[in-house]
Amino acid sequence: MTVTLPWILRSLAEAGRWLSTPLSPDDYLGLLHPLWPAGELRGRVERLHPETADAVTLVIRPGRGWRPHRPGQWARIGVDVHGRRHWRTYSLSSPPHRPDGCITITVKADPDGIVSRHLARHTVPGTIVRLAGPDGTFVIPEPPPPRLLFLTAGSGITPVMAMLGGLLSDEIPPDVVLIHSAPTPQDVIFGDRLRRLAARSPYMELHERHTRSVGRLGPADLADLCPDWTGRAVWACGPTGMLDDLAAEWPGPAQNLHVERFTETLRPADGATGGRVRFTTTGRETGADGTTPLLNVGEDAGVLMPSGCRMGVCHSCVAPLRSGLVRDLRTGLVHGEPGDLIQTCVSAAVGPVELEL
Amino acid sequence: MTSTSHLNPADLEKFGRELDKIREEILADLGDRDARYIRDVIAAQRMLELGGRVVLLASWLPPAWIAGTAALAAAKILENMEIGHNVLHGQWDWMRDPKIHSTTWEWDLVCPAEMWKHSHNFVHHTWTNVLGKDRDLGYSALRVTPEQDWHPVYLAQPFYNALLALFFEYGIAIYDLELERVPSGEKSAVEVLAQLRMVARKVRRQIVKDYVAFPLLAGPAFLPVLLANLTANMTRNVWAHAIIFCGHFPDGAEVFTEDRLDGETRGEWYLRQLQGSCNIDGGRLFHLMSGNLGHQIEHHLFPDLPSNRYAEIAPQVRALCERYGLAYTSDSLLRQVASVWKRVLRLALP
Repeated sequence: MTVTLPWILRSLAEAGRWLSTPLSPDDYLGLLHPLWPAGELRGRVERLHPETADAVTLVIRPGRGWRPHRPGQWARIGVDVHGRRHWRTYSLSSPPHRPDGCITITVKADPDGIVSRHLARHTVPGTIVRLAGPDGTFVIPEPPPPRLLFLTAGSGITPVMAMLGGLLSDEIPPDVVLIHSAPTPQDVIFGDRLRRLAARSPYMELHERHTRSVGRLGPADLADLCPDWTGRAVWACGPTGMLDDLAAEWPGPAQNLHVERFTETLRPADGATGGRVRFTTTGRETGADGTTPLLNVGEDAGVLMPSGCRMGVCHSCVAPLRSGLVRDLRTGLVHGEPGDLIQTCVSAAVGPVELEL
Repeated sequence: MTSTSHLNPADLEKFGRELDKIREEILADLGDRDARYIRDVIAAQRMLELGGRVVLLASWLPPAWIAGTAALAAAKILENMEIGHNVLHGQWDWMRDPKIHSTTWEWDLVCPAEMWKHSHNFVHHTWTNVLGKDRDLGYSALRVTPEQDWHPVYLAQPFYNALLALFFEYGIAIYDLELERVPSGEKSAVEVLAQLRMVARKVRRQIVKDYVAFPLLAGPAFLPVLLANLTANMTRNVWAHAIIFCGHFPDGAEVFTEDRLDGETRGEWYLRQLQGSCNIDGGRLFHLMSGNLGHQIEHHLFPDLPSNRYAEIAPQVRALCERYGLAYTSDSLLRQVASVWKRVLRLALP
């Protein structure tokens, strides 16, 4: 979305750039107020609400430049943990136009997740985070279909929570069935709010399935709980296994099934080294062993690789990692997140790797 | 020259491994404290610059002129040395913050960051003090070691070195164009022209900012502000020139021939960095204002370790050198500057 500024503001902005060169006026604005720079979208954590024993909702005030989301969409959020920036994608759990102008994400602390644990356990009000988005196609069309089924499990309820409020406050709300799975009643994220919504609205039917006592939901259970499920437009969000099963069993028209996956990061098995290396800009692809620097791999494949000292000193060779993991040949440390700038002269592939070169 | 003949290849390998270990320990320990450090320095530098420029709006009052100029000069020094030089080395790349990253940073010097990274990070830091490879040895203009052949032009070097100090940022920009590589065809004229355009753009923007826009904003204080900005730029130039020349040109810094590079091992590379660099003694404020280049030895051993850590590892590096019987050159700023100038004067003559 481009914003057309009146010419006077544009001239002021241009004058500001001349006064602040080589930086931008934004860099100085950020000194006065952390949410003023629009060049780098930011947000401030205002409050935290515990939802369950391991899930927390973060209320975030987005800075200048944020555009409202559609219910069901996600945002990317950049958090500094031990000084290092990590980016993760979270569904927005709030409706788009909250009276206080804030957005919320709801984070379930994964015992192995650096970022989710940091967000859920070690974040305090006032923390500044980076934002990107919103984006995503897991949204309900306008006008909504007359009969909907939401099929969710665990934190898969978060994008649906953002949708429900709006749907049920329509003048003539659609007919909504929500079937949500969680291990126990205490583990149901937004449990109280969902139960209150269902009690208040004749248009919403809520089925909670507590899998620790009655097991996972199967296709037969679905037909029992919602006999007309194949006639409804379905929005499903939850663990990969559940979504795969659903996609395999779905008898209705494909365009009626909407699925949102929270993709898990795939880690290659311990000791795995080398792999296919793809250079996404040039489209070249080649194999690499686990000891050859990606710089040499690229050069051998005919890619114009930026290079310098070839010993990890000068940072002339850094390139953005699109996917995969690399090993630092000096320390043996395996690392890599999409978007990382890695030193190709001292990094080797651990499993398949994509570099933006 | 200090002798290293008492060290056999196995000793040197061990020496290198011990330095690797120092590096790895710091890398493993980087975290919030370091991130806070660089963000605080950047914020302080920007506040200082803003404050200086605001005070200068009243610079027809002499105390305001002095305070504003001092603040602006200090801000420009910090921006250039503790922030710019070190960010461009990739010392803060580990934070993955695109706003503080070697690939996105641009500094308030007329030499574009892109050109600097090539000539400094790559050429100078890889080939440190190797005659014929390290262009920083005398910056293609000065004779700083007797191994360089004498030429009558060097008779004038005390004079033009003083001039270079005043206009150091322009000197660096011209130097980084590597004009001497054009006639031989090593570098194409097209590339030099493209780089010249980049330099011209930066020169234009700095001139408009410091000598037109801010003076105009000050209205009646046009001239005092212009002079203040000129003074701040020149102070930064003279200071950076002094500190940088103390890094490799005082007595104690050794110069190497190209055969030293044949099959150079990691340990030998470390040794060359150590032997080719000199430290400057000083307190915390001095090290901050010199971009921690008073720890030139530590910086050359580990160019991409965050600068706030050099003071911390300096005692370890010094102790290590003692154990291996290696010289670790360090002296006061005054004595190092005197040593450099003595050399510039002496080597002006055959």
